[in-house]
Amino acid sequence: MKVRIKFSKYGVVKFIGHLDVVRYFQKANRRAGIDVAYSQGFNPHQIMSFAAPLGVGLTSDGEYVDVDFNIVESEEAIVNSLNAVMNEGFAVTEAKILKEPLPNQKRETAMSLVAAADYLVSLKDGYELKTENGQILEKNDFNQLFAKFIDQSQIVINKKTKKSEKEMDIRPYIFHCGITEEDFIKSGEDLKVTNTVQGLKHADTYANGIRVFLCLATGSVINIKPELVMEAFCEKYGIKFETFAFQYHRMETYANVADHGKTIEEMILAVQQKESYALKLDSLSKVGIK
Amino acid sequence: MKRLALSDEILLTIDKPARYIGNEVNMVVKDKNKVDIRFCMCFPDVYEVGMSHLGIQILYDMFNQREDTYCERVYSPWMDLDKIMREKNIPLFALESQDPVKEFDFLGITLQYEMCYTNILQILDLSGIPIYAKDRTEDDPIVIGGGPCSYNPEPIADFFDFFYIGEGETVYDQVLDAYKENKAASGSRADYLKKVAQIEGMYVPSFYDVTYKEDGTIASMTPNNEFAKDKVKKQVVMNVSETYYPRKPLVPYIKSIQDRVVLEIQRGCIRGCRFCQAGMLYRPTRQRDVDYLKNLAKDMIESTGHEEISLSSLSSSDYDKLQELVYYLIDEFKKNGVNISLPSLRIDAFALDVMSKVQDIKKSSLTFAPEAGSQRLRDVINKGLTEEVILKGAMDAFLAGWNKVKLYFMLGLPTENMEDIEGIATISDKIAREYYTIPKEERNGKVQITASTSFFVPKPFTPFQWSRMVTREEYLEKQRFLNGKMKEQLNYKSIRYNWHDAEVTILEGVFARGDRKIAKSIYDAYQKGCIYDAWSEYFNYNTWMEVFKENGVDIPFYTSRERGADEIFPWDFIDIGVTKKFLRKEYERAIEETVTPNCKMSCSGCGAATFQGGICFEAHTGTSI
Repeated sequence: MKVRIKFSKYGVVKFIGHLDVVRYFQKANRRAGIDVAYSQGFNPHQIMSFAAPLGVGLTSDGEYVDVDFNIVESEEAIVNSLNAVMNEGFAVTEAKILKEPLPNQKRETAMSLVAAADYLVSLKDGYELKTENGQILEKNDFNQLFAKFIDQSQIVINKKTKKSEKEMDIRPYIFHCGITEEDFIKSGEDLKVTNTVQGLKHADTYANGIRVFLCLATGSVINIKPELVMEAFCEKYGIKFETFAFQYHRMETYANVADHGKTIEEMILAVQQKESYALKLDSLSKVGIK
Repeated sequence: MKRLALSDEILLTIDKPARYIGNEVNMVVKDKNKVDIRFCMCFPDVYEVGMSHLGIQILYDMFNQREDTYCERVYSPWMDLDKIMREKNIPLFALESQDPVKEFDFLGITLQYEMCYTNILQILDLSGIPIYAKDRTEDDPIVIGGGPCSYNPEPIADFFDFFYIGEGETVYDQVLDAYKENKAASGSRADYLKKVAQIEGMYVPSFYDVTYKEDGTIASMTPNNEFAKDKVKKQVVMNVSETYYPRKPLVPYIKSIQDRVVLEIQRGCIRGCRFCQAGMLYRPTRQRDVDYLKNLAKDMIESTGHEEISLSSLSSSDYDKLQELVYYLIDEFKKNGVNISLPSLRIDAFALDVMSKVQDIKKSSLTFAPEAGSQRLRDVINKGLTEEVILKGAMDAFLAGWNKVKLYFMLGLPTENMEDIEGIATISDKIAREYYTIPKEERNGKVQITASTSFFVPKPFTPFQWSRMVTREEYLEKQRFLNGKMKEQLNYKSIRYNWHDAEVTILEGVFARGDRKIAKSIYDAYQKGCIYDAWSEYFNYNTWMEVFKENGVDIPFYTSRERGADEIFPWDFIDIGVTKKFLRKEYERAIEETVTPNCKMSCSGCGAATFQGGICFEAHTGTSI
């Protein structure tokens, strides 16, 4: 029986990498005394699948992992048992038993469903956005400039991979964005994002108030990191991009539920052509539930 | 977010930031304003190594059971952070509170191997604590050393305020209580050390004067303080089933060397191998009660969530209720995906049965540690493992499906000759031949034998403490000779030969039996950039040779010099129970190639009976086991 568990990662554990988060959950599941299933063989391991690995340094209120269970007492019991053995920085917020696939259906893993994620990007205190001619951006300057930035029809960046560097237009993969929570909710409605802004519980806040909400293509096919967007923004307006200036907080992870069966490429093409019906995002916690 | 000593920028730039953030599962949190004593426990190596050490986990748990004490931890910053901390003047901090180490009352450093000595200086230096104890003021923490290398603390004596000689579970309460009393009476650092010197097992180096003879050996070591004892007596826990043991060990976020529950089943070893320091230091052998261990295992698995439990001891097979314990662990935990690992197990029917249950035969290997290649030399070192036993054990395992064998040997043992060395190649080949007597269709592919040699370093408190250590050139010659002999074997294609680095061994030799005259060289080597000497990528042999030369340290004096029977050793002021007389007798028996029975068979009168317990007061079998 598969259970999708939603969790937050925040505070000092943002410095723990993905593989160590996997190890952390294996041990936490055991400490919690919940009846997780093990693979067969000499080195039995827990059967787990994480939706979208979170980079080191990021915080999140929208992480997902699917875990195989032998017996589930109740969804609530899983949440409580896990939280009882978690230390500061990890918190389980939801557990949902997934519906069993039909006999001729293949089960979709959390990872294969991921299509997008919401991020809150905040400028950390102690850093500033300084243009080439020495102007330091205030909150209002930033808001105006960012609106201008996002209004472009193309945002071309040099994407570095292990092998090569290639030009890429990332504008289509910024599904929607907003300077304020209200803006963000509104822009989301246009795209039929059924979830509104949540997932700010463990986001750090900073006195300077410079921040922006982004909904970005995420997953194994196209994955746009929020850093990439901020770097492109800085470059466009001659602002010195400092790697550690921004805190990135993932608020939620989504699956596209508009049109099952469509490939992600088709989906993105649809967005480009403003066929907004093609993208209907829903929280992973609502996808595949019994 | 909790305040961290390092900025996000630094943490996101360095390798494995999780080494420095604390906050691990089962970390103890206390209000530092509500305790009287702040103790910082240190393992002077990188986090993943230090977090694997059981001793610190025991003391961490024990200290934190005291309401008046908050024990925290610190490990050596890795090279990347070391550089940043120096550039930005960031003081070294403890993981729990992230407060500077310098603000603590105590800094306790465990000394697990000689090659960590420069890392001790790194810890002191980055903390802003004067490296030499004599330069410390009332504002500095009291720096304590403990662990195996404190049994010859002299090369590093100048850097410590005092050493705790023996097992930590015994008199630390007295040490901490004395500190509180002294503080309450507004006593000074010097006053406190006088109090400490009166506690059994405590060694305050500044309270002793050492004089030397013209030939460089010690003429005398005498107390210069009325409170210092003539002999410092090793502290031992006699009831190992009613003592401190962490039921909630710390669980690191990143994979440490020991990423598992460690269950120490006994202390000490009955075997009496003559090269082995631990075998003498931890006498008498004391077994923990099997029910106590079962209960501990259960608690620790539950509190950590680890997927593996490992039994720890010098020789697991000598634990009386090993079968009962192991089958309990398998029955209780195997179904929950918990693996069981059994190092230092003698290969017999029981071992093979257990191994077949807990390991994948195709992937795992058998391990034998004959230590020497010939029966003659095994008799010299008192290693009671015969060729017959090895071959039978290997054959039984081959028939059960194994095909990988690991063999461990030492080169440079006292009295070693070329035939003994050749014996390493011969026995490796014999094991392979044994394998090929099995009909082809019953074999599990090819046999793989891995023979490894390390270089022998004579250690204090062993029968070989008098003996000459071979030189680097001799080592290399022995290694080349053996490599050649390996290639002459019929089954040489099935044998892989690995060897250790000779250069590090020379340094270990100097430190192991060194005296106070070595300290300046350690200081100078550190100032010239030596650090992480235990890591081959950072070990710099040439710098060490340079500083020894500059300081007039004659390496052969410490290493390749046979000591006289009456020589006063730098560590003679320590009383480990086992007498110097017994060790000398054992040395003589070694030269005569005479085996001494183990403690279970009969008592050889080593002196450990003075502790009034353990194997010394159990019935002897009188027979070989």
